[in-house]
Amino acid sequence: MKNSSEKNKLKWHFWIFFIPVFLWILLMFILPHADLVRLSFLTSDFVGKAVPTFQNYTNFFTEPIYWLTFVRTAVFSIVVTLIDLAIALPVAFFIAKVIGVRYRGLILILTMLPFWVSGMIRVYGWITMLRESGVVNSFLIKTGIADTPFQMIYNDASMVLCLSYVTILYMIIPIIGVMDSLDDSLIEAAYDLGANKLLIWFKIIIPHCVPGIISGSIVVFMYAMGSYLTPALVGGKNSLWFTQQIYNQFIHYFNWNQGAAFGMLLLVLSSLIIIITLKLSKQKLNEVVAK
Amino acid sequence: MNHIDLSVKNIVKKFGDFTAVDNVSFEVEDGDFFSILGPSGCGKTTLLRMIAGFYGQTSGVIEIGGQNMAAVEPNKRPVNLIFQHLALFPMMNVKENVAFGLKRRGEKGKVVYDKVDAMLERVGLPGFGERKIEELSGGQKQRVAIARSLIMKPTVLLLDEPLGALDLKLREHMKVELKKLQAEVGTTFVYITHDQSEAMVMSDYVAVMNEGRFEQIDTPQNLYKAPKSAFVAQFVGDNNKFTGILRLESNGNFIETEDNLKLKINQTVDMGDGERVEMYIRPEATIINPPETETFNSISTVVKAILFDGANSRLLVAIEGGRKELLVSLPQNRQYDNIKVKDTIQVGWDLSSSVCFKETGVKTYEEFE
Repeated sequence: MKNSSEKNKLKWHFWIFFIPVFLWILLMFILPHADLVRLSFLTSDFVGKAVPTFQNYTNFFTEPIYWLTFVRTAVFSIVVTLIDLAIALPVAFFIAKVIGVRYRGLILILTMLPFWVSGMIRVYGWITMLRESGVVNSFLIKTGIADTPFQMIYNDASMVLCLSYVTILYMIIPIIGVMDSLDDSLIEAAYDLGANKLLIWFKIIIPHCVPGIISGSIVVFMYAMGSYLTPALVGGKNSLWFTQQIYNQFIHYFNWNQGAAFGMLLLVLSSLIIIITLKLSKQKLNEVVAK
Repeated sequence: MNHIDLSVKNIVKKFGDFTAVDNVSFEVEDGDFFSILGPSGCGKTTLLRMIAGFYGQTSGVIEIGGQNMAAVEPNKRPVNLIFQHLALFPMMNVKENVAFGLKRRGEKGKVVYDKVDAMLERVGLPGFGERKIEELSGGQKQRVAIARSLIMKPTVLLLDEPLGALDLKLREHMKVELKKLQAEVGTTFVYITHDQSEAMVMSDYVAVMNEGRFEQIDTPQNLYKAPKSAFVAQFVGDNNKFTGILRLESNGNFIETEDNLKLKINQTVDMGDGERVEMYIRPEATIINPPETETFNSISTVVKAILFDGANSRLLVAIEGGRKELLVSLPQNRQYDNIKVKDTIQVGWDLSSSVCFKETGVKTYEEFE
């Protein structure tokens, strides 16, 4: 008797936690995406009736502007990921290994503080810094380094800079996590056996941090691929981002079918890039996430 | 005449106001097994890390193979360190771990792996090259760590309590194995430990360290037989301690204890009449029913407990009419099987087996009074 009631209790607990998760996934993820998939295989004929088609997908591959925008977006997202990685590794090392326990909390809070502000405000921060009448230009002119102000935003460089800035925390935090679990004596042992500092980074520290690097990179890459605001605000006239193509289809051309197909392509192709990268680096997704 | 591999002269290390290592000097000859023995916090790890190069010294000179090490980084020193928790690289297999140092030296190709195979064979792990570190047992990891350092042919191999994490049986086994290996390869070992048995069994020379200083550098036998300070007497082996007042008299010197015992001593002391002194006598030097002669002390005691521990069995006895307790070794040869708790027995010792120092109050642990 007691056993069966305990069993029922367990089931009851299970459902309490399972149902919200299930509803969340179903309503916010599966159903909208299912609808997107449905829309993406439809097109309107000349009387406005929806007919099934692959046209929306073939458009992507036949119109160079679309797939070139995607390639551009992917390449710049990889660049953003690499820049974040190059900055996050030394920063995480500093936080996890160099500063003492005493200042660690303070430094972590200082790192996170800017991220309590909305992403848009932070990008506007960069605009006030870099625009023609901005802080940097007026400083350069006042100190006589430059005679005339020059435009530093609305180009690819400023876009990559801002995207890296917006995403850097997603790289730093998981790397601090794995860096923490690195035994200091491994670094000392490598040093003792004759390795120099560069070799210690490449033979000991980075191999140890691979799980954190991979999970940080996935988040940063996906975030950059899917970001709309930053490229729109600081990218130049020619700095097309793939999300803008989706936006244009939905908002400017009212072509929801084409927009839905682009949305699916973004999801599938960027996931593919991640899967290939994981395969090449011999990592398993569930292991990376579990660490 | 062997030459000096490691020479440490007047080394001092301060962390802020705290002096971790206080004016320590010693020399280790080529091929010696030298141990530094001391309680935790005595500065032995700091000293070892200075020799390895991880800490700079506040003052003093470290010479390895005759070279001053002051400006030499750890990766350029002809010493290797075996870490307390071994610090094997989990991202590499056994072979890559052992080959790590050779590759950093610029050695390449088949030569490296031939050396690795030979070294793995030497430490008793032939064919283990492809294993992962987490697949190894504690003793096997130990051997990989030793192989990884020995393959570098260091002038001095430093060992930072590497047996500490092993369970008792394996530790006993590894002690003997390390000693044999050291004799075979002939490398100079500097070994630090808080375990006096490890130090005694393996070493040619042992330095006993306390509060940043060396109390005594000697052979294990001499440390045991002739400790030069109260700390060494307490830390090396077990000892019963009597405190009392020294009386110098024409018919022989003795110590008057709190329990009004008069304990004869026969060694020459450089202390005056009436000074407070400590006298030490080992449980294994104390005998039951001693001969009643001039060269023996004999006191009447009551048996409090029989502490049976096989070959290491002891009696806990209390001075009759007093509070002082002492340990007496109980040989397991059936001669003393009749002794029961609460019996009154005579115990005593040959005068030459006790040692005597000026009272310092040094304690190796909190004593129960």
